[in-house]
Amino acid sequence: MRARSLVPAVYIVFLLLPIYWLLNMSFKTTNEILGGLTLWPHNFTLDNYKIIFTDPTWYNGYIASIEYVVINTVLSVAVALPAAYAFSRYRFLGDKHLFFWLLTNRMAPPAVFALPFYQLYSAVGLFDTPWAVALSHTLFNIPLAVWILEGFMSGVPKELDETAYVDGYAFWRFFFRIFMPTIAAGIGVACFFCFMFSWVELLLAKTLTAVAAKPIAALMTKTASTSGYQLGLLAAAGSLTLVPGAVVIYFVRNYIAKGFALGRV
Amino acid sequence: MNKTVNQKAWFLILPVVLLVAFNAIIPLMTVVNYSVQESFGENAFFWSGVRWFEDVLHAERFHFALLRQSLFTAIILVIEIPLGLAIALAMPRKGPWVSVCLVLMALPLLIPWNVVGAMWNILALPDIGLLGRGLNAMGFEYNYTRQPFSAWFTIILMDVWHWTSLVVLLSYAGLVSIPEAYYQAAKIDGARQWAVFRYIQLPKLKYVLTIAILLRFMDSFMVYTEVVVLTGGGPGNSTTFLSIDLVKTALGQFDLGPAAAMSLIYFLIVLLLSWLFYTLMMRNEAR
Repeated sequence: MRARSLVPAVYIVFLLLPIYWLLNMSFKTTNEILGGLTLWPHNFTLDNYKIIFTDPTWYNGYIASIEYVVINTVLSVAVALPAAYAFSRYRFLGDKHLFFWLLTNRMAPPAVFALPFYQLYSAVGLFDTPWAVALSHTLFNIPLAVWILEGFMSGVPKELDETAYVDGYAFWRFFFRIFMPTIAAGIGVACFFCFMFSWVELLLAKTLTAVAAKPIAALMTKTASTSGYQLGLLAAAGSLTLVPGAVVIYFVRNYIAKGFALGRV
Repeated sequence: MNKTVNQKAWFLILPVVLLVAFNAIIPLMTVVNYSVQESFGENAFFWSGVRWFEDVLHAERFHFALLRQSLFTAIILVIEIPLGLAIALAMPRKGPWVSVCLVLMALPLLIPWNVVGAMWNILALPDIGLLGRGLNAMGFEYNYTRQPFSAWFTIILMDVWHWTSLVVLLSYAGLVSIPEAYYQAAKIDGARQWAVFRYIQLPKLKYVLTIAILLRFMDSFMVYTEVVVLTGGGPGNSTTFLSIDLVKTALGQFDLGPAAAMSLIYFLIVLLLSWLFYTLMMRNEAR
C-alpha cells in the first residue's frame, strides 16, 4: 500500500465515525448513555430495537416511508422514460425550453413549496396519504430521472431504433422489447436516484402527513422533542433508516458514479 | 447526435409535463398570489401590490439570513470541491477495493437528512458525544448550543461529512473515463504529475466538476433539515439560514404575504445563479 491510499482510508474512517457512534448509542441503556462517555456499550442491550419492532407507531413509520418511496420511484421513472426518449431522439417545438424548465424544478427550494403543497394536497383530499408525499416528490425526481435517462439514452446509437423500425417493429413494441433492455443500467440508476432523494427528503414528507402516513424519520424528531431524552431509542430508529440505503447502494455500486454524472461520462 | 424533427414527440412528454405542472405551477401560482395580497383571517384577501417585496428586501432580518446562507454556501464550496477532487485522485482505479470504497463513500448520501442532523447532534453533545467531549478534553471550549462559532463549525463539518462523497464520486467517474493512452503519451513526453493533472485530468473533469459545483451550490443554498435538527437555527439567530427563516415565517407565524415574497426572491436567486453558472460553463465547453 502506498502512502496515497491513506487519503481515502482516512476519509472513510471519518465517514464511518458518526455512523459507529450512532450504532454504539443504539445498543446502550439510557442510564449508560447519560452516565458519561463510553466508547462501546458496556451493558449491551437490544431493548431499543425491541420497542421499535413491537410498537405499531414506530414500525408503521417504516412502512409509510417505504410505501411513498416506492410509489414515487415507479411513477417518476415510468413517466420519465418516454419523455427522456423524446428529448434524446427528436427535436420539437420548445424542446430546449421545456428541458430547462424541468431542471428549474430541481432547483426549487422545498421550503418554498411546503405551504402551497400543504394547501394543494388538502384541497384534493390526499393529505396524510403516501400518495401526497409520492406525488410531491415527483417535483424534483421527475426532472432528475429525465436528466439521467436522457444521458444514458443518448449513448445508444440511433441506428438501433432505425433498424428496428425497418424490421417492422411498432414504436411501443420496440421500446419495451429492445430499447428498455438496452438501457437497463440507466433505468436502474434512475430508480436508485429517485429512491435516494425520496428517502432522504423530509421537509415535504413531514408537512404533508399528520398521523397515518408519518414517515419514520419524522417520527424520530417528534420523539426527540416530546419524550425528553430517549437517545438510545432515537439512535436505534436512526440506525434502522440506514438499512434500505445500504441495500440499494450494493446493487448499483458500479453505476453510482456514472449516475451522479447523469449518465454523461 | 442529429435529431429528427418530430412534433408528435410532445405526446411522449405529455405525462411528465402534466405531472410536473400540477406540482410546480399550481403551488407557484399560490405563492405568487399570496405575495401580492394581504390576508385577514378567514380567506379574506386584499390586493397589496409589491408591498411585501419592498418589506422583505428592506428587512434586516432577510439581509442577515441571506448573508449567512451565502457565507455557508461559499465555505462549503471552497472546502468540498478541492477535498473531493483530491480524494478522487488518490483513490485506486481498479482492484477489489474500488467497490468497497464507492459503497462506503456513498453511504452518507442515503441517510435521511434529519437522521444526519440527529446523528451529529449525538456525536457533538459536549458532555456525552465523542466529538464534543473529545474537543473539550483537548482543551477547546466547545458547546454548539451556546457558541455561534462552535455551531458553525459543527454544521460545516456535518455538511462536509454528508456531501463531499458526491464530489468524490463525480470526479472519480470523470477520472476513470480518461483513456489510458493519454497517460502514456504524457509519460513519453516526460510530464510531471502536476502537468498531468493540469493539462489532462482537469480539462477532462470539467463537465463533471460543473455538475458537482452546480449540485453542491443548489443543495447547500437550500439546506434546511439537517441544520434545523442540529441547531434549530441557534444559538440566537446565528445559524438561521434563508430556508429556515422562510419556514419560520410561513409555517411558524403564518405571515403568508412576506413569506411568499421571500420565497419568490429566494427561488429567483437560486435560479439566476444556477443558470448563469450553467451557461458560462457550457459556453466554454462549446468553444
